[in-house]
Amino acid sequence: MRGRIPAAMACALTAGAATAEQVRIDLIERQVTPPPILSNMIAPPADLGAAGARLAVTDIATTGKFMGHDYALHETIVAPEAEFLPAVRAALADGARLLVVKAPPADLLALADLPEAADAVIFNSSAPDDTLRGADCRGNLLHTTPSLAMRADALSQFALKKQWTDLALVQGPNPEDAAFAEALRRSLTKFGIKVKGEKGWAFDANMRRVASAEVPLFTQDLPDHDLLLVADERGDFGRYIAYNTWVPRPLAGSEGIIPKGWSGVVEQWGAAQLQGRFRDLAGREMQTEDFGAWAAVSAIGEAVTRSKTADPAALRAYLLSDQFRLAGFLGTPLSFRHWDGQMRQPVPLVTDRAVVGLAPLEGFLHERSELDTLGQDLPGTECTRFGEMP
Amino acid sequence: MTRRLLALTTALSLASPALADEIWVTNELDDTISVIDTGTLEVKATYPTGQRPRGVTFSRDFKRLYICASDSNAVQVMDPDTGEILHDLPSGADPEQFVISPDDRLLYIANEDDAITTVVDTESRKVVAQIDVGIEPEGMGISPDGRIQITTSETTNMAHWIDTESQQIIANTLVDSRPRHAEFSPDGKELWVSSEVGGTVTVFDVATQAELAKIGFELPNVRPERLQPVGMRFSPDGSKVFAALGPADHIAVIDVASRTVEDYILVGRRVWHMAFSPDQTQLFTTNGVSGDVTVIDVASLKPLKTIKVGRFPWGATARPTP
Repeated sequence: MRGRIPAAMACALTAGAATAEQVRIDLIERQVTPPPILSNMIAPPADLGAAGARLAVTDIATTGKFMGHDYALHETIVAPEAEFLPAVRAALADGARLLVVKAPPADLLALADLPEAADAVIFNSSAPDDTLRGADCRGNLLHTTPSLAMRADALSQFALKKQWTDLALVQGPNPEDAAFAEALRRSLTKFGIKVKGEKGWAFDANMRRVASAEVPLFTQDLPDHDLLLVADERGDFGRYIAYNTWVPRPLAGSEGIIPKGWSGVVEQWGAAQLQGRFRDLAGREMQTEDFGAWAAVSAIGEAVTRSKTADPAALRAYLLSDQFRLAGFLGTPLSFRHWDGQMRQPVPLVTDRAVVGLAPLEGFLHERSELDTLGQDLPGTECTRFGEMP
Repeated sequence: MTRRLLALTTALSLASPALADEIWVTNELDDTISVIDTGTLEVKATYPTGQRPRGVTFSRDFKRLYICASDSNAVQVMDPDTGEILHDLPSGADPEQFVISPDDRLLYIANEDDAITTVVDTESRKVVAQIDVGIEPEGMGISPDGRIQITTSETTNMAHWIDTESQQIIANTLVDSRPRHAEFSPDGKELWVSSEVGGTVTVFDVATQAELAKIGFELPNVRPERLQPVGMRFSPDGSKVFAALGPADHIAVIDVASRTVEDYILVGRRVWHMAFSPDQTQLFTTNGVSGDVTVIDVASLKPLKTIKVGRFPWGATARPTP
């Protein structure tokens, strides 16, 4: 029953369209070799992120057909062992000015600082680092994935709303674990919650075999808590903590209830249609990186449609203006913060099978937009590169 | 499952000839349809339908009820006197909303997953045409003279104007983000399109397709992003438009002449669509999240009663006393 019924296939797609204007969008990916984790079962999909951009470009191309905009997605995938900057320089020399980039922070900044990228609009679709929105921000760099601070604030709101405010924290050994743990601490402090006890994860045993023996003892001396926070951003050990703790407590953070930019379990607000289109295209569930790339390409499409131009400077101005609103299937329109280029986005708090909550949770108020209760607000921002904006 | 069977038994035992006007409401997550008696304001029957029923409408003679059973990929035809499903119409995949032509013959169906408007002849039960539209078509309107059909597409953000003689698109007009519903004024001169994410209603001049006005909403203590217009209905005299504001849990009452919002009426949670009672004194709203229907007195614009129906009520349509 799926698909069309062969009937009059009168195509009226060109009605109203003048000569099509070309809009070039570049997908740039700096591939990295995923670090080893304890489970051998899970590998990130090869098209993580890219699939979201590919879906979005088919979405906006449909609007483009009616509007006279012809979108083309150029892909530059840089292998882990290859040089990044020469590849992006070549794309820029070839005319790339609207870039959706999945790359580590250092590469992102090197790209944003290239003289030939000065008039480009670059979307960071996957790096969550707070410094990219703070002291290391760039005026030509927007962010369509939630920052660590936004994820942490979503979790703090949840803990506060549940009144599960006695918290303990287990932190993994990696830099990204430290960064997420630090974001959690800062956020909890902001919301007036203190972490009662912390431990660093220090095992190198094979937890797949010994978790039931080791984890109860490891968690036994934590002070009593309502919720055990886990900072394990690679997904390495957190899964072996669940159900093996000394006292029966739910987990949150990188495991258990996870604040995420997107998840396959988001289905409200019309998301079921987006998830269905994504599954048809990629044959898997849509993840945060896919959503970040999808949102970036969709934002370009929305800005081109509304402002009727493909000029990067004009698009940037429109994206950062009050007029811009993107339908992001999260119940609240998405927009960009004019002080650091971060996309305002609700943050779902999810388990493997359901959305537990959608931050900002009800009751967390803000003078401008409740979405600004998540992440770095205008007062206190360390980003000064967007100074010319209203 | 037991509950479903019980509901069914109740329905069948109550399926005596109807004696009052009725409002029929699809329950999206229960795969049922609830029949409300507009006199007693009680649910008098609940009938099983296909999967995920959403759009619902009667034939112009009220002898047939058409139901978009989205996940069954069919439009079902029900005998409203018995609740029996008579047959399915070919609908294309994932039918969400539809509109019936004034001559009672053709159904224009939005195929949400396929970016197509499917035109089905209800008599021959055949697909007459399929028209490529934008992504996630949903809002379906037809001019009173039957000449223009409007399909709005949620992701493409457009109203597509389809000439019903040639079954071709003659114009595409951009509206604000995520259009959900299209409604012609009773005189056929204006087209109103609601944009859920944009938070606006756009009014078009039908003759020229030019934009006449854009209407926004404002409610104290409700954040602006939650003011998301979805379903709309013109009052029978054409002087007012009632617009459901989704997660803002209110119905906006818009004065058509001045294009200003006159009133906001508090209803249940996540209000989707509406139907007037056949005597036009009451307006029934489907409240998705709270699983109920609010009855509004049209003269005073006050809510009268809340009626519990099934899970996630979505579409609504009225039938006068048979």
